[in-house]
Amino acid sequence: MTEIEKRQDRAPVVPSAFEYATAPESREIVRLEERYGLFIGGEWVEPRSGELQPTISPATEEELAEVSYAGPEDVGLAVDSAREAFDNGWSSIAPSERAKYLFRIARILQERSREFAVLESLDGGKPIRESRDVDLPLAAAHFFYYAGWADKLEYAFPNRKPRPLGVAGQIIPWNFPLLMLAWKIAPALAAGNTVVLKPAETTPLTALLFCDVVRQAELPPGVVNIVTGDGRAGAELVKHPGVDKVAFTGSTDVGKEIQRAVAGTDKRLTLELGGKAANIIFDDAPLDQAVEGIINGIYFNPGHVCCAGSRLLVQESIYEQVIAKLKRRMGTLRVGDPLDKNTDVGAINSKEQLEKITELVAAGEEEGAEIYQPPCRLPEKGWWFAPTVFTNVAQSYRIAQEEIFGPVLSVLTFRTPDEAVEKANNTPYGLSAGVWTEKGSRILAMAQRLRAGVIWANTYNRFDPASPFGGYKESGFGREGGLHGLEPYSRFE
Amino acid sequence: MAQAPALPGGFELPLEPRLPRIGSVDQVAVEERAASLARRSIKRESKLFALDLAVRMIDLTTLEGADTPGKIAALCSKAMRPDPADLTVPPVAAVCIYPNLVPIALERVRGSGVRVASVATAFPSGQSPLEIKVEEAARVVELGADEIDMVIDRGAFLAGEYARVYDEVRRVKEVCGDAHLKVILETGELGTYDNVRRASLLAIAGGADFIKTSTGKVQPAATLPVTLVMLEAIRDVYEETGRKIGMKPAGGIRHAKQAVQYLVLLHETLGPEWLTPELFRFGASSLLNDVLLQIRKEKTGRYQSPDYFTID
Repeated sequence: MTEIEKRQDRAPVVPSAFEYATAPESREIVRLEERYGLFIGGEWVEPRSGELQPTISPATEEELAEVSYAGPEDVGLAVDSAREAFDNGWSSIAPSERAKYLFRIARILQERSREFAVLESLDGGKPIRESRDVDLPLAAAHFFYYAGWADKLEYAFPNRKPRPLGVAGQIIPWNFPLLMLAWKIAPALAAGNTVVLKPAETTPLTALLFCDVVRQAELPPGVVNIVTGDGRAGAELVKHPGVDKVAFTGSTDVGKEIQRAVAGTDKRLTLELGGKAANIIFDDAPLDQAVEGIINGIYFNPGHVCCAGSRLLVQESIYEQVIAKLKRRMGTLRVGDPLDKNTDVGAINSKEQLEKITELVAAGEEEGAEIYQPPCRLPEKGWWFAPTVFTNVAQSYRIAQEEIFGPVLSVLTFRTPDEAVEKANNTPYGLSAGVWTEKGSRILAMAQRLRAGVIWANTYNRFDPASPFGGYKESGFGREGGLHGLEPYSRFE
Repeated sequence: MAQAPALPGGFELPLEPRLPRIGSVDQVAVEERAASLARRSIKRESKLFALDLAVRMIDLTTLEGADTPGKIAALCSKAMRPDPADLTVPPVAAVCIYPNLVPIALERVRGSGVRVASVATAFPSGQSPLEIKVEEAARVVELGADEIDMVIDRGAFLAGEYARVYDEVRRVKEVCGDAHLKVILETGELGTYDNVRRASLLAIAGGADFIKTSTGKVQPAATLPVTLVMLEAIRDVYEETGRKIGMKPAGGIRHAKQAVQYLVLLHETLGPEWLTPELFRFGASSLLNDVLLQIRKEKTGRYQSPDYFTID
């Protein structure tokens, strides 16, 4: 056992006469296939590669289904099918017709949202409270939003004539599987492109269920193709000459590889990569709500969020008060079964991710930061990590510099707004930031000076399809969402 | 360097030296938090515990111009033995009535453990001269009431005369003697959560034993977010000074399900220590019968007709 595991084992669980009932969402609603093929040209096809791998529920280590791993030949077929669909209709049908399909998909997602939410929690380990209240409503909202743009593109770009690019190759991460699919597919289709999408290897199931939605909406075959697999399939997709546009959301390391791979081609590229966001609490902030914001910033989807508020910057004059409130609040977080409606913090997505978190946390302790974890009993099976906060963190520590992508918060202090800006910007990343203050002028001044794509004021991790999202520096380039999100999928005459 | 916001005018008072900073409240976030706690579901065994506790926390209330000795007698009987068919159901915490009816109530509840609370200080508006309000409170204490529910002068509060509000609470507290002082903020008239927090701290600084949301005469009365803001003020005072202040949401709580939501909010914010009638009350009238109905359902597995519960 590691030091941390020992500590968690010893932690007492506070008894109480006033306990929450387990309120599990039923799995009945989800019908899983034993094995899934690839979705190419509107049909399920057997992978030419012949490779199948299990997909596992991180909360129980249960094998949910077998999923195909696409090889080069499979990716080629998918791209060809997308090209054919693009040439034979999708790029030239009336834009109002494209809009109808997208509206239809949005409505079907709403109708089947319970089914999708349960499957998302099952395959990815995130609490049902989040998949039900955040992922699904947002995914549907994204399709609704871009459906509205589909027949108004010429108004979106005044005096410019937008034309579709062709085939978009899209690679998405495992933290918001269906939502990232919606972020990618909705604008691409609205602008008249066809897509080949590769879901993450640990969370392919909602993307595969989405194929059912595509069929239900009677989308022309080949407009949406889903190829499952690991990094090899992604690499094939990126380098395939038939792909006109690559969109990737994931780690900075892979993003760099992709950028190298498309260098020298005429492929368009957008990258949405890692982050190490500063969540800045000024001494006039509404403290109890700021603490909720800190919790939501880092323990939402157990920190598996590229824009997570993983560096807490607290003004020194309120430091002790904030930490006391934070620790108390952490004690009420409920870690456990993702399908339980009372659960706040779910499972870690994969064994690899758990190892990475454990390694970085150990590094934090070694470097001299002070660790705190509330007493909580973690389930025996599956991959779990208790909500963690590090105090006494120096800017130079790895836990203050590297993206942990887990429920681990590093706390630093500042004395003046200038120092807050300096520390917040002192990172290779620049995806998001949070500012908590009662002072409107200070919010605007901070937003001007923080080098981050998204800045939340007195809230955190709030998303809307109308609002563009993307990063500075090593957090990537290009924007998704809003009007900005259409541009990477269009060329202009 | 940025400082905590300056105290508003009139706030330079002999407040307790270690009272927490006034601070502020974010409306969107506090409503979101209250809503997310309202979606928790509690265990079946916990439910019976919660319902039983809810009965013990009720201040059974009638505050009508039409209240008569007969009405008060009926209310007191109900308070002492809420469910004649099930003697395991405990009595409620108190009856809450107008001053003139205090002697009658005292006579009725004697020896039962049910306390008598009376409103005072020109309830419900508080718009009378201070001396009269203090005198009223003193007389109610003289009559023997165990608890005094006073109202703050919202007119003075909204005009920014915080010192006056504070002084009034302090003066009333002085005449309370052993009687417990509950201070009604009438949050429905305060307009913002910032004001609710400010008024809570003022009342606590003035000597309140309990802070209470509403008179029941103004809409909206108690809501979950308002209660959360007040509980957080109580928590800040407790953490800063160790003083334990009670909380009483009043008005608009009619269903057992709502009562359980309030208890979840209380438990999450202040912990198990506050799960006692000493520190939490419901100001309600029709809530009691719904709780009794639910208790019967938990015990027998069946819902009874409301006709089996007395209306007093």
